[in-house]
Amino acid sequence: MSDEYENKSGYQAQSSEALTGSAGSTPDMDYVRPAELPEQDLYHGHTFITKWVFCQDAKVIGVQYFLTAVFTGVVGLILSWLMRLQLGFPGLAGFITAEHYYQFVTMHGMIMVVYFLTALFLGGFGNYLIPLMVGARDMVFPYVNMLSFWMFFVAVAVLMASFFVPGGPTGAGWTLYPPQTILEGTPGSGMGILLMLISLALFVIGFTMGGLNYMITVLQARTRGMTLMRMPLTVWGIFTATVLAMLAFPALLVSAIMMTLDKVIGTSFFMPTILKAGEVLEYGGGSPILFQHLFWFFGHPEVYIVALPAFGIVSDLISVHARKNIFGYRMMVWAIVGIGALSFFVWAHHMYVSGMNPWFGFFFATTTLIIAVPTAMKVYNWILTLWRGNIRINTVMLWCLGFIVTFVNGGITGIFLGNVSVDVPLSDTYFVVAHFHMVMGIAPVMVIMGAVYHWFPLITGRFLNETLGKWHFWTTFLGAYSIYFPMHYLGFIGVPRRYYEMYDSPYMTSAVGMNEFISTAAFLVGAAQFFLIFNVIKTLKTGERAPKNPWKANSLEWHTSTQPPEHGNFGERLPVVHRWPYDFSVPGAKDDFIPQTTPPSEVAHTKVEKT
Amino acid sequence: MSDPKIDGFELKPGFKGMASDTGSDQTMFKGVHWGKAMMWIFLLSDTFVFSCFLIAYMKGRGSTPVEWPNPSEVFALEAFGVPVPLLLIALMTFVLITSSGTMALAVKYGYERNRKMCGWLVLATAIGGLTFVGMQAYEWSKLIHEGVRPWANPFGAAQFGSFFFMITGFHGTHVSIGVIFLFIYAYKVFAGHYESGKRGWFTTMKGDYVEIEILGLYWHFVDLVWVFIFAFFYLW
Repeated sequence: MSDEYENKSGYQAQSSEALTGSAGSTPDMDYVRPAELPEQDLYHGHTFITKWVFCQDAKVIGVQYFLTAVFTGVVGLILSWLMRLQLGFPGLAGFITAEHYYQFVTMHGMIMVVYFLTALFLGGFGNYLIPLMVGARDMVFPYVNMLSFWMFFVAVAVLMASFFVPGGPTGAGWTLYPPQTILEGTPGSGMGILLMLISLALFVIGFTMGGLNYMITVLQARTRGMTLMRMPLTVWGIFTATVLAMLAFPALLVSAIMMTLDKVIGTSFFMPTILKAGEVLEYGGGSPILFQHLFWFFGHPEVYIVALPAFGIVSDLISVHARKNIFGYRMMVWAIVGIGALSFFVWAHHMYVSGMNPWFGFFFATTTLIIAVPTAMKVYNWILTLWRGNIRINTVMLWCLGFIVTFVNGGITGIFLGNVSVDVPLSDTYFVVAHFHMVMGIAPVMVIMGAVYHWFPLITGRFLNETLGKWHFWTTFLGAYSIYFPMHYLGFIGVPRRYYEMYDSPYMTSAVGMNEFISTAAFLVGAAQFFLIFNVIKTLKTGERAPKNPWKANSLEWHTSTQPPEHGNFGERLPVVHRWPYDFSVPGAKDDFIPQTTPPSEVAHTKVEKT
Repeated sequence: MSDPKIDGFELKPGFKGMASDTGSDQTMFKGVHWGKAMMWIFLLSDTFVFSCFLIAYMKGRGSTPVEWPNPSEVFALEAFGVPVPLLLIALMTFVLITSSGTMALAVKYGYERNRKMCGWLVLATAIGGLTFVGMQAYEWSKLIHEGVRPWANPFGAAQFGSFFFMITGFHGTHVSIGVIFLFIYAYKVFAGHYESGKRGWFTTMKGDYVEIEILGLYWHFVDLVWVFIFAFFYLW
């Protein structure tokens, strides 16, 4: 890695005594320059409320984010069940009207993308892992961090409230395209859409507060010796996703504000002249395409806001459980950064059929195909990390392998859809549904599951049950494939998405059996998630206690003073980092792992590389 | 602030220095206070918000089929019986830019630990901001009296009113929030919280004059945004 780190770039070797603070027994090869900043001033809560409710400890906030996000995820899952009930067995559940169906589609999409995946990866894993992994005592602004969670909580409450207002939640599709979204006739065009827009604005404000914390903690609060290129890829993924979010969410906020004004006081930002039942509405002169541009300028980076943390986390899990260093660490970092940068130049590939200039479409097709290059590099690197590794086929590894397969699958269909000429016939069919569920639904969820099995011992001190875990994995993995593989076929034969029922169309005859099969699989996959819930409850009561650093990992979160870590994370003294977190199976070393805190003098006899 | 001194680390100028800072451990921006770094990144994000607003304005202005009103007529103010175009806006801009100047001086005196001067200058900035908001309220009420509404306007395209009220309103909200904080900070300076390191009521963090500089960054940003709004709305 950075060979010139200590000698050339201004690190003058001083006597190590003054620097490490211990008696001068440390050899100079272990020199790490002194701390630039004084110890962080932490607020320790003493009451129940300041310790567990309005808590300023990033780990507690992370768990709060996690649980809230999982709650919304369960709501999203139930909505998907109801949708599949209607699609597989039309008319069986009489209470699902066409209006309800559109509301389920909309709320399922919005909940899963924004309130479940984004909040879970950045709010949940980000809060829990960033300070631990970079060796900080806490996030840099614990108070703002606490506000961030509660703002998110209010956003979720407002969103859930929209289920109970007159007219129900909005049914405009998760993309909320005007003019239809706010016009009468669309389900939830009254209070429903208003609450949705308010909730999104609150989410953006809450996220901004959290995002500032994640970014500054990574940039300005790393421990001694922790360079950017020694950070675990998890931190790189979450950090880059946060940067994307800080720059992409403004577009969502602006479009939400403008649409709220269109809805409430009758401006016409997005509303063209509209004839309704022979009468001209008050609106006129606005541009619906403008909304689509604003929405997708947020919406496409949003895909990577979900994907990049998953990329980062899965890299770490694979490396730890294959007992091998991650293949091409620097390439992985630059691929994450490159994907993040490119993700701002591909948004209009969601708009090929919107009526924009076709040449514009070809520009975005090109950038879309270019973004496949760093993504493919990452996939190759994961496979090469596994290559000749000492692979432990445990639940965590199964989820990682499941992720790679699913992600490659969804990525390949993405190349289909990225090309204008292929996309036009396929757009708004089930092929698109299958594509994005594979690539940004199932794949990131696989990583979340793997991460839960991996970090559960850290958070609770107990192992999740392996047998239940394997049942959970195989039912979910095979089930997910049973759902989404046939959906590609449905798309090819032209079944349009977002249709309540196919009625007497030719699709009805050829797709009916397949829809029944998909629905049955969807019920089973949803139910299979109870393996996890049962597993968590069982483990918390009677699970096997985990020893310290149970997976023999190198990164700092496993090397805290206590497990689970207490407030302040590292006890008396912050750790000093001497290497990257991927020194596994180093020839000549005593163990098959060398923690980041091990000084070079202790492993001088081994073939460890300088990182 | 003078250049920070980092123990055991040589700060180099230019691109090389940037590269070595980035490649080093602990911090990327050497000697930069956490709060200051946070404000810079928040402002970057806020820049995207205002950019989205202004780009939407350009697109909206371009796509409406109705003629756009002439800003020199709409924003004219009667002075001594003659309509002077952009008179009020010129005054507003002057007041806001001046308040940026007093803010910068407040930061300087803050770091010199000149409590009195710093406090008066923060207060002057707050009053400048308040004057700006007041003049904006006057302009809004004048336009409303003339029949301009967010959904319609007698001079031409309805989108003129929509974008004008939305964007100046959003900017005015920023200024108002700034004014509130300026008053609070002026009190804190006079009460000596930044010298005694008294802990904040909400955040429980120790007070420091760097907070004045952080608020100053926000204030300068709000002024800079106004320059763009001024150019796009009043001069185009």
